[in-house]
Amino acid sequence: MAKKPNNKRRDFLQLSTLTLGAVGTAAFIWPFLKSMSPAEDTLAAGSTEVDISAIEEGQSITIKWRGKPVFIKKRTKEEIDAAKMVQASDLRDPQDDADRVQKEEWLVLVGVCTHLGCVPLGQKVSDMKGEYDGWYCPCHGSHYDTSGRIRKGPAPKNLDVPPYSFLNDNTIKIG
Amino acid sequence: MDKNRKVHQFKNPVLNWIEFRLPIISYFKKEYGDYPMPKNCNYFWSFGALATITLVTMIVSGIFLAMNYTPHTDMAFDSVERIMRDVNYGWLMRYIHSNGAAFFFIIVYIHIVRAMYFGSYKYPRELNWILGVFIFLLMMATSFLGYTLPWGQMSYWGATVITNLFSAIPFIGEGLKTWLLGDYNVGNATLNRFFALHYVLPFVIFGVVGLHVAAVHVHGSNNPDGIDIKTNNDSVNFFPYMLIKDTVAMCAFGVAISAVIFFGPNLMAEVDNYIPADPLVTPAHIVPNWYLAPFYAILRAVPDKLGGVLLMFGAIVILFVLPWLDRSKVRSCNYRPIYKWFMMGFFVNFFALGYVGMLPAEGLYLLIARVGLLYYFGFFFIITPFVGWIEKPSKLPLSISDVYTKNISPNIGGGEKGIPLPAMQKDTNL
Repeated sequence: MAKKPNNKRRDFLQLSTLTLGAVGTAAFIWPFLKSMSPAEDTLAAGSTEVDISAIEEGQSITIKWRGKPVFIKKRTKEEIDAAKMVQASDLRDPQDDADRVQKEEWLVLVGVCTHLGCVPLGQKVSDMKGEYDGWYCPCHGSHYDTSGRIRKGPAPKNLDVPPYSFLNDNTIKIG
Repeated sequence: MDKNRKVHQFKNPVLNWIEFRLPIISYFKKEYGDYPMPKNCNYFWSFGALATITLVTMIVSGIFLAMNYTPHTDMAFDSVERIMRDVNYGWLMRYIHSNGAAFFFIIVYIHIVRAMYFGSYKYPRELNWILGVFIFLLMMATSFLGYTLPWGQMSYWGATVITNLFSAIPFIGEGLKTWLLGDYNVGNATLNRFFALHYVLPFVIFGVVGLHVAAVHVHGSNNPDGIDIKTNNDSVNFFPYMLIKDTVAMCAFGVAISAVIFFGPNLMAEVDNYIPADPLVTPAHIVPNWYLAPFYAILRAVPDKLGGVLLMFGAIVILFVLPWLDRSKVRSCNYRPIYKWFMMGFFVNFFALGYVGMLPAEGLYLLIARVGLLYYFGFFFIITPFVGWIEKPSKLPLSISDVYTKNISPNIGGGEKGIPLPAMQKDTNL
């Protein structure tokens, strides 16, 4: 007479086979998902050195860093005062002007609106600068002040400050 | 396998040989030959066929465009210009493809309007409706991906704005965005994958369309009176009646799309997209394609990033549950004296949203967008369930044939055509 099948053993084998299959499939999918992340050459941190000796007070230049625009502005006395006067607690993304600059006349910002990634206007003299005399994003109407902080409009956060350092009085290294 | 399967017999031995091995001949005969269509279906019912034809046209023109297109940030714009100037009939392929996309949306919007007005989404066609909304979503994704490929200013900034929508998701948003782009901003990695996905998604759409059609064939097509086929007198065979009718519709469509392709190929194009992409300069007004503008208007109407994104996607997701929000058993709005007007209001509102979605979000336009947003969601969440509950529908005809006879209660809509048809039309012709 045939031996009665050992169901416990069979269940264990079936379950462990299925589990292993599921884990294997997941492990197989991972490389495909990971291949969509930024590649090593993209990740390799790029840094840019910028000569700032030619920038006049009140002037602002745009440079390209990791494919993004970076604004470097030499602020006027009035602009610095306007940025300092604001109470951080009144802001959507509370931050003191002092926390956003290393030397108070130099403001360095990633020129990408924190709403949906457009480049705000305000770099040229003829540009609209918005109600707070800083930058204005034409896409969905976000207004930034002279410290690049969000004051009005849909953007949730202040303009990012990239990592940077002063190599000497005339050169900034970004990244 | 079933040894007792009854094999359909044809006169042609070749057909019999195939049929015995793969019963595909009898399948096509059943689904596209003898398939009964309600005889009261009007030209609104041709838009499904038109959409299928357009999908095939898009796939074919797209394949030929891909033979000359280069998905690289340095070469994409120029390769498109080369298609326009140097490739034989390249201009025609491209204008068919770009205007075909717009016409595809026109057709699908009319198809959706028909399904909503005549209640095609209701029992027993809910799954059919869900598959349809799914196709609509896939179409929006595909058209967005495709719009990036020419690598003009609108391509670049449209892609930037839309992919930034994902960064609104708390915690994982930024990481998800970077993963989707393959870079920290829209770049070559993005263009490459967008091209790959734009190529493959239409075939996915084609597959879902197959399910969509198979599902409608299970319970048969709805009709302007929203009542079921009861006897053979209520229907005509798909072949030749509906095939011929769809062909007439196709001719009219061909005239319309040809007029645009040959005489106004850039009517629906944005001028800024003929400027090569520049990551350092955003165009003054970023405008979506008109067919996505209603949803863009909803996005901009909300003064909060995450809120805007949620409502925009919500505006599409809400469509999935429409069959369960509408509690009325009567399908066709022709028999729903109150809901009918709210439904028409919904269409007008959607159009208005699209109009303001193309204009700057300020002043009166912003106000219209906000009112439109309220009506859009109010229609689904309040009006649809509430009207379905309080409304007293008009009396339905007993059968589709009764629609055409005069001896029915005069307060019935849809019967006003009053065309007396020979009762046995179907039998006399086949």
